[in-house]
Amino acid sequence: MTLNRRKFLGTGVAVGASMSAPMVMGAAHGKPKVVVIGGGAGGATAARYIAKDSKGEIDVTLVEPTRRYYTCFFSNLYLGGFKQFNDIGHSYGKLASEYGINVVHDWAIGIDRDTNMVTLAGGSKLPYDKLILSPGIDFVDGAVEGWDISAQNKMPHAYKAGSQTELLKAQLEAMPEGGTFAMVAPPNPYRCPPGPYERISMIAHFLKQNNPTAKIIVADPKPKFSKMALFQEGWGNHYDGMIDWIGPDFGGDSVSVNPDAMTVTIDGEENKVDVCNVIPAMKAGKIAEIAGVTDGNWAPVNAADMSSKADPDIHVLGDAAAQGDMPKSGYAANSQAKVCAMAVRGALTGSKVFPAKFSNTCWSLITTNDGIKVGANYEATPEKIASTGGFISKTGESAELRKATYEESEGWYTGITSDMFG
Amino acid sequence: MRRVLAIATFCIASAGAVQAANIGDAKAGEKHFKLCKSCHQVGPGATNRVGPQLNGLFGRKAGSVEGFKYSKGMIRAADGGLEWHAEQLHAYLENPKNLVSGTRMNFRGMKDVDERADLIAYLRTFSDNPRDIPEADPTARGTDHDVDPAILAIQGDPEYGQYLSSECVTCHQIDGDDDGIPSITFWPEEDFVVALHAYKSKKRAHPVMQMIAGRLSDDEIASLAAYFKDPEQ
Repeated sequence: MTLNRRKFLGTGVAVGASMSAPMVMGAAHGKPKVVVIGGGAGGATAARYIAKDSKGEIDVTLVEPTRRYYTCFFSNLYLGGFKQFNDIGHSYGKLASEYGINVVHDWAIGIDRDTNMVTLAGGSKLPYDKLILSPGIDFVDGAVEGWDISAQNKMPHAYKAGSQTELLKAQLEAMPEGGTFAMVAPPNPYRCPPGPYERISMIAHFLKQNNPTAKIIVADPKPKFSKMALFQEGWGNHYDGMIDWIGPDFGGDSVSVNPDAMTVTIDGEENKVDVCNVIPAMKAGKIAEIAGVTDGNWAPVNAADMSSKADPDIHVLGDAAAQGDMPKSGYAANSQAKVCAMAVRGALTGSKVFPAKFSNTCWSLITTNDGIKVGANYEATPEKIASTGGFISKTGESAELRKATYEESEGWYTGITSDMFG
Repeated sequence: MRRVLAIATFCIASAGAVQAANIGDAKAGEKHFKLCKSCHQVGPGATNRVGPQLNGLFGRKAGSVEGFKYSKGMIRAADGGLEWHAEQLHAYLENPKNLVSGTRMNFRGMKDVDERADLIAYLRTFSDNPRDIPEADPTARGTDHDVDPAILAIQGDPEYGQYLSSECVTCHQIDGDDDGIPSITFWPEEDFVVALHAYKSKKRAHPVMQMIAGRLSDDEIASLAAYFKDPEQ
């Protein structure tokens, strides 16, 4: 009863294609097979580009547990009230129906690199010629004293978008008047470098409107963070006195939490809080570790094609990869996915392979119509993906420019999600 | 045909730049200003109308006339450092949207370089201190962003362009929808090449586009133009 447990999406072509998967399992003949694990900015993009550009010459299977994908990028804007939850949700329907991708909603739990086979939680097995891992992040056990994943309902991380994001929003809305919101910020490297600080901005925005006497504490192990001057300028201008950012000089790196008592202890001083967002240290999504392609917390890759340094048939994209200078961002994963898709097609069908190019831009919102951005270009060197220069918004920019930057970020969101999901 | 004409124009223009420039004829320019009059005033008592008043235009920061409500595109260009000198005016008058995407100036453009020079010479007479403006400023020949005709003549490879385009479509939607970010599909190749070179040389203001275009080679820009003129091909 494999089919009952493997849940397929879509109709017509998609179902037809996915029905055939068990039959060709283990077969050495037929079309080359690519399995993609993880349907986010890296995986969905890679699956779509391979399917689109190979024009049916490659069988593409995308394994993703959730039926509706909520993007981490822009999830802070939902917390701030600028987006509805539904605005950041996307279905895999088009990838199945328009691109003929077998979309399998299941967890990948095993990878056999000797036989090139993926095992799913539902029991079925997927053979591959090339495997693309884009599993995003998991959290390092014991990274924040007193917190583990079982505490995520009391102290949400909300760093994988979806029910965690909704939970954090509900907790914010339920905060007592004049209450305290705390964030435990993560150490480097982590997903979305400006993310925690955009989140603080969005939460401050929400509280200023709904609970203006509330306070925000941020315990941060890092002395500096992404777009720091821009965020601090914005916090001073819009949320003066509301945000207490505690860096390592003041004990921000010495934190423990008690989810039952709802306390956060910073440098020995206990704070009673009403909502606590714990964003622990991160590592590559677990399946990368199971595949045996990680070294430490992340999976090292070759910059030219995002192939794993441990296995030429496996590529690792996005947050999970140790690639060099690119930040762990949705934009970066999408950029890497296209380089990887081209390399995989080239290897499997002999299509032309052009030199790798990467780029990244991260937009953040501070308050209504106050958008900022940072970006850079990258190239593949034998050692790593290396930055070749970039730009960052400036402090003191005009309101018009900030508004244009925010509108541009909305355009980017529409653009990248169309690029991921068709 | 269009390409041939364009190359001819550029040859004349760059020749002009080398030889101390044709100075435009302000008198002839006054006639051309009729085209502008429905929106712009210049001279004593000029006020903002559909477009801003044009006194003191030379050396002025773009988007800086008090009391005039500029488009977002113009504000962005101004923030990026656009100032009005002859070269920028040539480019803007030839095709406003090519220099400032999102400008509200609905003018189809003045293609004839001599007519533009005349018009610019006329506008120069309304600058506050014409004698302080270097002679080269109002009279130097803008050559529409100075794109070398040899660059415009490069035939791009649409297949390479398609690969390169994957970097563009992270933000610009391939179906041509625009939603905070302008559409770049179905552009005439030459306009595309000129626009990207304007970003590459930082004449057009926008940090992301300057970054992206900055590392594109002439061949890569030609290939992107060849692809985007009809991505469905």
